[in-house]
Amino acid sequence: MKPVDFNFERPASLTDALELMSRDDMNVVALAGGQSLLPMMNFRMVRPDILVDLNGLDELRGSEIGPDRARIGAMTRYSDLASNAELMARLPLLASALPHVANSAIRNRGTLGGSIAMADPTTEMPAVMLALGATIRLASRDGERSVAADDFYLGYYESALESGELVIAIDVPTAAPGDAFGFYEVARRRGDRAMAGAAIARRNHEPRIAFFSVSDRPVRGFSAERILGENAASVEAAEGSLKEIDFHGDLHGGPDLKRHLARIVLRRAWAELQP
Amino acid sequence: MSRLHRVTIEINGEQVTASIAARVNLIDFIRTEAGFTGSHLGCEHGVCGACTIEVDGAAVRGCLMLAVQADGANVVTVEGLAGMGRAKNLRAAFLAENALQCGYCTPGMLVSALEYIESGESSDRATIRAHMAGNYCRCTGYQAIVDAIAAVIESGEGA
Ligand SMILES: Cc1cc2nc3c(=O)[nH]c(=O)nc-3n(C[C@H](O)[C@H](O)[C@H](O)COP(=O)(O)OP(=O)(O)OC[C@H]3O[C@@H](n4cnc5c(N)ncnc54)[C@H](O)[C@@H]3O)c2cc1C
Ligand code: FES
Ligand code: FES
Repeated sequence: MKPVDFNFERPASLTDALELMSRDDMNVVALAGGQSLLPMMNFRMVRPDILVDLNGLDELRGSEIGPDRARIGAMTRYSDLASNAELMARLPLLASALPHVANSAIRNRGTLGGSIAMADPTTEMPAVMLALGATIRLASRDGERSVAADDFYLGYYESALESGELVIAIDVPTAAPGDAFGFYEVARRRGDRAMAGAAIARRNHEPRIAFFSVSDRPVRGFSAERILGENAASVEAAEGSLKEIDFHGDLHGGPDLKRHLARIVLRRAWAELQP
Repeated sequence: MSRLHRVTIEINGEQVTASIAARVNLIDFIRTEAGFTGSHLGCEHGVCGACTIEVDGAAVRGCLMLAVQADGANVVTVEGLAGMGRAKNLRAAFLAENALQCGYCTPGMLVSALEYIESGESSDRATIRAHMAGNYCRCTGYQAIVDAIAAVIESGEGA
């Protein structure tokens, strides 16, 4: 289907973009890669009065790599990330997850900031950022603020992003010697949204374990983290502890299927950390 | 009614200018304003891959880009591949292997396959399938499409 008629703006600076986003008398919607938004507009689930195209904002595109963290601009495309060898070497968990995001043509347009803002519980990037303990940087006309990935996701397609705000960057802790990472997802076909997945980052013997496509948002397995932090071999006990997660079903099946798949993806992602 | 946007896009080497509403997607622009009807719309939500075209050298979903966003861009469709003599071996292999029947998916298949071959990837069938997983074909059953791509890579003569 075709989208409703709307006005199109392509601001040349973040300041102009935030000014447009601050209008509360109309439905103002930001357009990043468009790989989720344009389908929703074609289905007329989203009907913007004004579409604010962020693709002219070079200041939001690209990455800076510091000694222990990388700052990734919101408009950096998946394909920009994957082709940045230095960044991928410093963020091995992100490198493992990227090939599972849709397919090449969608990765050539889709952006990291768009995926973070979309808060789609079935997608890889929010869980990867949760496992890595990333911080999401937001801006509005009134200023900037940062929200930890742990506090950002509130439910299906719902995040701490407020009206008038844009995601401008994601600050991601980079890998240090001794850190280990694991990623595993189950999907019907490569590039399809996952039926379930797990992303694990272990630093100083402390794992952070994030699941996606098992609940209404990306979720951590706190007990599993504690159990595996104490004894890396107690995978079975860690699997048993996943009962604490609030599993939600989807088109693939109910909460029981999700619980079953969560155990499997945990086991397989954890196996990747072992030397 | 929203205002019209004057947009100029280079399509298969031709500069095409038109005044359009912002909601017109790039494939509709290519088909109706430029008259290149090789690019197809299937699902219009990014799933089927029939609309895959090259924009500034990258394979993208034409249905998930607005024509206004392509103002000043360089677009290549299946007609452009033929016109510029690109993907000659790939096109020949699609014919030789019967990698199309109705042909609706083929313009998108060729662009996705070309991206794969030009990036120097292997002829391993599972890897080819993983790359092509976003392009649906309702006729061939995919075997012949994978055969065609593998044959081009194995010949070592490029796309
Ligand atoms: C067939 C298909 C398969 C897919 N499979 C996967 C998959 O397996 N895994 C996966 O992760 N994704 C998948 N996607 C989604 C894709 O990765 C999207 O690109 C991504 O979810 C959104 O990024 P975008 O840049 O395209 O954002 P858009 O589609 O442009 O925007 C998404 C939403 O976020 C808002 N937004 C965007 N940027 C900002 C910002 N900077 N600040 C505030 N709000 C913002 C928009 O207003 C909109 O509501 C798939 C998409 C398709 C069409
Ligand atoms: S028409 Fe674009 S992906 Fe189906
Ligand atoms: S040849 Fe008919 S859809 Fe592929």
